[in-house]
Amino acid sequence: MNYREDIPSDVDWSLVGYYLLFVFFGWLNIYAAVYDASLDQNIFDMSINSGKQLLWIATCAILILIIMVLDHKFYEQYAYLIYLLTIALLISVLFLGREVAGSRSWFEIGSFRLQPAEFAKFATVLVLARYINEPGVKMELLNHQIKAAILCLLPVALIILQGDTGSALVFFILILVFYREGMPPFLLIVGILSALLFIFTLLVDKYLLTGVLISIALVISLRMLFKKLRKKWRKIALVWLGLVMVAGVIFSVDYFIHQILKPHQQNRIKALINPEADPLGYGWNVTQSKIAIGSGGLLGKGFLEGTQTKYDFVPEQSTDFIFCTIGEEHGFWGSFLLVAFWIGFLFRLIVVAERQKSKFSRAFGYGVSSIFFFHFMINVGMTIGLFPVIGIPLPFFSYGGSSLWSFTILLFIFIKLDAHRSQVLERI
Amino acid sequence: MENRKYIILGLVILVGIIFLIKLAQIQLFNEDYKLAAMDNAIQRLTKYPYRGLIYDRKNRLLVTNKPIFDLFFIPKDLRVEDSSKFALAIGLSKDELRLRIEEGRNYSMVKPSLLQKQLSFEQFNTISSMLVDYPGVIVQPRTVRTYPHESAANVLGYIGEVSKKELDRRKDTDYTQGDYVGVSGLEQNYETVLRGKKGVQYVMVNVRGVVKGSFKEGKFDTTAVAGEDIVTTLDLDLQKYAEKLMEGKIGSVVAIEPSTGEILSLVSSPSYDPNLLTGASFSENFAQLSSDSMKPLFNRAIMAMYRPGSIFKTAQALIALQEGVITPETRIACIRNVVGCHGAHTILDLLGAITNSCNPYFMGVMRRVVNRDQSSNPFTDTRLGLEVWHRHIRSFGLGGTLGVDIPNEKGGLMPSVRYYDKAYRGRPWKYSNIYSISIGEGENLVVPLQMANFACILANRGFYYTPHLVKGIGQDKKPVERFTEKRYTTIDSAHFRTIVNAMENVVRYGTGSYRAQLKDVVLCGKTGTVQNKDKEDHSVFIAFAPKDNPKIAVSVYVEYAGQGARAAASIASLIIEKHLFGETKRKWIEDYALKGDFK
Repeated sequence: MNYREDIPSDVDWSLVGYYLLFVFFGWLNIYAAVYDASLDQNIFDMSINSGKQLLWIATCAILILIIMVLDHKFYEQYAYLIYLLTIALLISVLFLGREVAGSRSWFEIGSFRLQPAEFAKFATVLVLARYINEPGVKMELLNHQIKAAILCLLPVALIILQGDTGSALVFFILILVFYREGMPPFLLIVGILSALLFIFTLLVDKYLLTGVLISIALVISLRMLFKKLRKKWRKIALVWLGLVMVAGVIFSVDYFIHQILKPHQQNRIKALINPEADPLGYGWNVTQSKIAIGSGGLLGKGFLEGTQTKYDFVPEQSTDFIFCTIGEEHGFWGSFLLVAFWIGFLFRLIVVAERQKSKFSRAFGYGVSSIFFFHFMINVGMTIGLFPVIGIPLPFFSYGGSSLWSFTILLFIFIKLDAHRSQVLERI
Repeated sequence: MENRKYIILGLVILVGIIFLIKLAQIQLFNEDYKLAAMDNAIQRLTKYPYRGLIYDRKNRLLVTNKPIFDLFFIPKDLRVEDSSKFALAIGLSKDELRLRIEEGRNYSMVKPSLLQKQLSFEQFNTISSMLVDYPGVIVQPRTVRTYPHESAANVLGYIGEVSKKELDRRKDTDYTQGDYVGVSGLEQNYETVLRGKKGVQYVMVNVRGVVKGSFKEGKFDTTAVAGEDIVTTLDLDLQKYAEKLMEGKIGSVVAIEPSTGEILSLVSSPSYDPNLLTGASFSENFAQLSSDSMKPLFNRAIMAMYRPGSIFKTAQALIALQEGVITPETRIACIRNVVGCHGAHTILDLLGAITNSCNPYFMGVMRRVVNRDQSSNPFTDTRLGLEVWHRHIRSFGLGGTLGVDIPNEKGGLMPSVRYYDKAYRGRPWKYSNIYSISIGEGENLVVPLQMANFACILANRGFYYTPHLVKGIGQDKKPVERFTEKRYTTIDSAHFRTIVNAMENVVRYGTGSYRAQLKDVVLCGKTGTVQNKDKEDHSVFIAFAPKDNPKIAVSVYVEYAGQGARAAASIASLIIEKHLFGETKRKWIEDYALKGDFK
């Protein structure tokens, strides 16, 4: 191994710039969220989240250093090993983890807490990219799609077992990687339609929805019946087969929500549909979050001047609801900048992913982009009432060591891979 | 495949645009969230002013404030483990407690709701140590009125929660729901003086209602200004004594200092303990008092209207003297064909007629006032005469309210030309139709306060000050201006001498001689016996003393107690004696009055 070769020579500084920007402003906002004027704590105070976050940021510098000096081939080579280790961690946390609010997803060693689900993200993306890059694997083929899907769904199953549905949902976004690497578009459409159907199932009574769908199927089959069509009966049968499948989805979603989800998760979904129905009960989070953001106006109330977040009206204001602090204190102007920078960041990730010569790096890049995209979409979406309250962090902004580590690892492995893109031979 | 990146980029852009639209909608185009945020975090705390105190004329406290404690709770923080124990401690049933908590939850999870109001200092002491175990309970100290002497309930009045109607009426002022406002007596009349000015403090609170600091450095805060104290004209000793004398009787006592119009005592009997209408059991007690058949809340001294009875004869005499239709020497025969009379006399002069309360005499007197052949038509003549009479009688403060400084004063009735026109519905009337007012029967009505004021007029020989209950307001004890104004009657003071001499005679030799006479001072009085159909008469007496330079004038009404010479004369003379000498030397009269059996 040539030492010189592994010093990153072509780092994408714009991604690094986004990273530093996000982490820095995230840190300031964590301070704003927990700031209490009467206690006169400064931002470095180790007893509050901003002080602790600074410690996590410092450790990230070490992580980045390690990622940068490791051989760029290391990640592809050891992808399976890393994946298996992570799976092992996910299994052992089920037995050794500490139960917090109904989920058993944390390891606790002294005051140090670690969430293996966070690390499953990069491990899964790594293994997916590795699989896609295997010789002979074609994502156009159902066979290979299923194998890849199994790799992705194994951690999902384990994370659901831990009771952390929010983190488990993240993995479904990897369908974008499948799509980019050759999966037929109709599967993506089916995926999106399923998600839409899921939401409709929440909004509309299941019998009514099924009834409407049956009528649509009837109309279509009647029209087919009176038209001259080849293989008419087969096509009509297909319509009804589709209907049965959709109805199956509707009823299983209903079953899933009412039988499998825990009450607090059910409530989060109900709050999405109609937060005003019970603004003090399960709609509390969403209502307060919207009040905080809405009260920011155009220019916001100013740094450390937010009343809603500072006085604890918004729950989890330094972790999952960190966006409220930005919305309240920096107004629409601040929110606009945050959204714009995030879109810019995601664009840059995709552009960089596209310029990779190896399928591995490109798939990994898309995996990273998809995961950031999902987090951004769900996290900001839930604070402004567009998505149910799914407890997932806003990368780099939300307080929390495990997630900061996990996102840093994801991003910097990709930056590392990208820095060596010219040294990789493209496999055809 | 590479083109698929555009689809993915498109998705990213789509999400970004949706977010910005939604953000613009809630941050730029919807004010509701800003209001909700203010509502969440900024709490308006009212600083209640200390209500002014009320003193008697010798600076003894009649009304003061005592601390009580209202309990509030914040539903989000309330943890009650043993609810039956907690309910018991704050004086609620378990169901009531549950109901209140539920109501509070429905109102707001983060804003305080009322749990229990008006815990006494003692109650609060017993639970204060327990409160640590009940997070989410907030204590709000407040004050309520208290009356150390349990006296003069109807004068002092009471305060109560401002009603919805009152709130609408007083829109301009700063009353809000739940505020206390004077609803009767001095508390109502001097509300603006006593209440002071509320202060406001805007504070920032967190989600648990904990105050985190002032809003904009207190720029919008104001301090509470305490209400002003009031010194009343009441003499507590005299008031208590009069109340004691009236115990078990129905009626009223009004005592006024003639030289100032200051009301020394004003009693309506039966009365009540004013402390009943404060504190937690207000509504319960109020319901009981207002449904009491004896009407303890009805202030008879200013609201009960009676026919004046024989007292009125003195007024008739004064008017006749002023009009020059009689002289003190005028004699009129006691012919008892139209009205009856009492005692053995045939033809008396004015002095004798007053002393013996001769009915036919005064019927004749008023005829002379009313019918003076100014018109050949006897009907027109009576109209002209009654107008003259009415002008005089109104100058005595009769037939209209005097303007005393407690609410709901009644004005009585002195029939005018218009009144009779209405009563006879256009049919003609003349003196023979209306003569009964000449002896204080018939259509005329007076209230006890007016009669006491009339006694003042006699004592002052022709003028009065509006009777009033407040001597001074605030630190420099500023008097109320309209009460310092001398009001003259239409009668020359020379004519009063005759009447006063007659009133002296009443007590020395006449109807009032036995029970009203005092040894060391000349007391002038006039008995009255107001006839009631099928029932015992009302006993009435007005008096003042000493004859020269009078210090006190009194009217006493005792309902259904027979002749004025008995119950009313005894009580009136005892009150005068008490005021002048501090105690009575006539124990037997006091016992007689206290016993209350006047038949």
